[in-house]
Amino acid sequence: MGLPNVSEDLSSEMEVDAFRRLFPLRYFERHLAESIRPDGRPLGKARETSIFLGAVASANGSALVKIGSTTILTAIKMEVMTPSLESPDEGCLAIDFHMPPICSPIVRPGRPAEASPVVSKQLSDTISSSKMIDLKELSLVSGKAAWMAYLDIYCLDADGALFDAALLSAVASLSHLQIPVVAMNDDGKIVLVSEEDGQKREQEPVNKEKRKLTLRSIPFSLTCILHKNYILADPTAEEESIMETHVTVVLDTSGQLISLYKPGGPVLAYTSAIQDCAALTRQRVKELKSFLDKANSAMEVE
Amino acid sequence: METDRPDGRTPNQLRPLVCSCSILHRSHGSASWAQGETKVLAAVYGPKAGTKKSENPEKASIEVIWKPKTGQIGKVEKEYEMILKRTLESICIRTIYPNTTTSVIVQVVHDDGALLPCAINAACAALVDAGIPLKHLAVAICCSVTDSGCIILDPTKDEEEKMKAFINLVFPNTIVSVLPEGSLQAGSEPMAHGIMTSITQGAMSVDDYLHCLERGRAASARLSEFVRKNIELKSTSEASKAG
Repeated sequence: MGLPNVSEDLSSEMEVDAFRRLFPLRYFERHLAESIRPDGRPLGKARETSIFLGAVASANGSALVKIGSTTILTAIKMEVMTPSLESPDEGCLAIDFHMPPICSPIVRPGRPAEASPVVSKQLSDTISSSKMIDLKELSLVSGKAAWMAYLDIYCLDADGALFDAALLSAVASLSHLQIPVVAMNDDGKIVLVSEEDGQKREQEPVNKEKRKLTLRSIPFSLTCILHKNYILADPTAEEESIMETHVTVVLDTSGQLISLYKPGGPVLAYTSAIQDCAALTRQRVKELKSFLDKANSAMEVE
Repeated sequence: METDRPDGRTPNQLRPLVCSCSILHRSHGSASWAQGETKVLAAVYGPKAGTKKSENPEKASIEVIWKPKTGQIGKVEKEYEMILKRTLESICIRTIYPNTTTSVIVQVVHDDGALLPCAINAACAALVDAGIPLKHLAVAICCSVTDSGCIILDPTKDEEEKMKAFINLVFPNTIVSVLPEGSLQAGSEPMAHGIMTSITQGAMSVDDYLHCLERGRAASARLSEFVRKNIELKSTSEASKAG
């Protein structure tokens, strides 16, 4: 009696998998017609999000962010540099996004992935457009010394919506950033003061203690897929490869639109779709803001 | 309310447009597109047999190579390449020539602001010149927002540096058809109002963005007229040559 049931269950499971692999678009559209996705999410809901600050002890600031399976690790290193002539009172941010071969079957060792420079540029534009950081805060001595912050962002698992996770990770690591103490030595050069070194403590520190950056309005993003009349929030890699029209909306905590990024795609975005994406993003900004606040308050307790 | 611009244009006025096709002999299609001082030369080769390893051989693939005026290709150029590739893929009918690759080479001749829209317009004209099958053309426009909230079309390089934010928008061109009006509608809006590509820089409110959309649509209608006249002129002169 038991045997026929077992074989029947197995065969029906195999049929579903075969259908998914052979006809992926129809498989997804069958789910969309029921207002659900293959992983059980409603169309407008993002995946589970977690933020872990301080993942890299040797870095001045770091954050590990997971959105569903997508995993992004960001580390910030601070270095003293000479500011440029155009802006002698400002420091600098250098943002680099890396996709090592471990993150995806598509990425090969050697040549950087095609998506890396695109996401790097998007992140740089977003952070500079939002004016989240006052670069004058990174200045030490006008015209002579200023901080250079290197943000290295690594994608450990690329399962869709990379830009969203990368932006959240960069923002979280900047909120965790501790600027080290520096002092002017006898030659007039800026040197780092380690806390253990008692002798160097005699020199006057230029900035008096480790301190945090002041973040103004913080940008958060949400990527949506447009497919026929549906809008899917926070797509996975499989969904991204099957349905080709992506829209990324970035809003900051004060409600300003930082970026609306739609690089082509077969589906045209009309005004109502844009407004729906903006509404979904506003909701997402509130969620992510509370996640980030929780992570920061948890760090302060430790 | 109306701000005077340094070159004497009104806020809604585009710079003079110049478009020439069939400039290069070796390419299958080529076009030069100038908006004021910004000028881009585009060449199209293909469809050629074969596809890259990472592409889908069941469809025609498009490869875009962006050449800046000076220097090496950096992140900015890589992003422009990706945007152009996605935009051109969405206007080409890719099922007609499977397992082929069409190369589009974009050479920047001069950059005086609104470079990406100029390049997209040039690439579309070059694809037409090459005889690549297209669903429709794309028209690209740049809108910018001043600190006081005014919207200015087609900014120059100097104007771009003073703007709070700007948006590059790409729309399908308006369609002239013998079919009744209803068939060109997509839902409640005409097809030409749909956004193919949108790239923003700087911060603005969502309302400002929607206002820029309206201005961009109105300007793209004028651009569509220009493109159509240009192509008609070309085909007329070729017919007279053949005759």
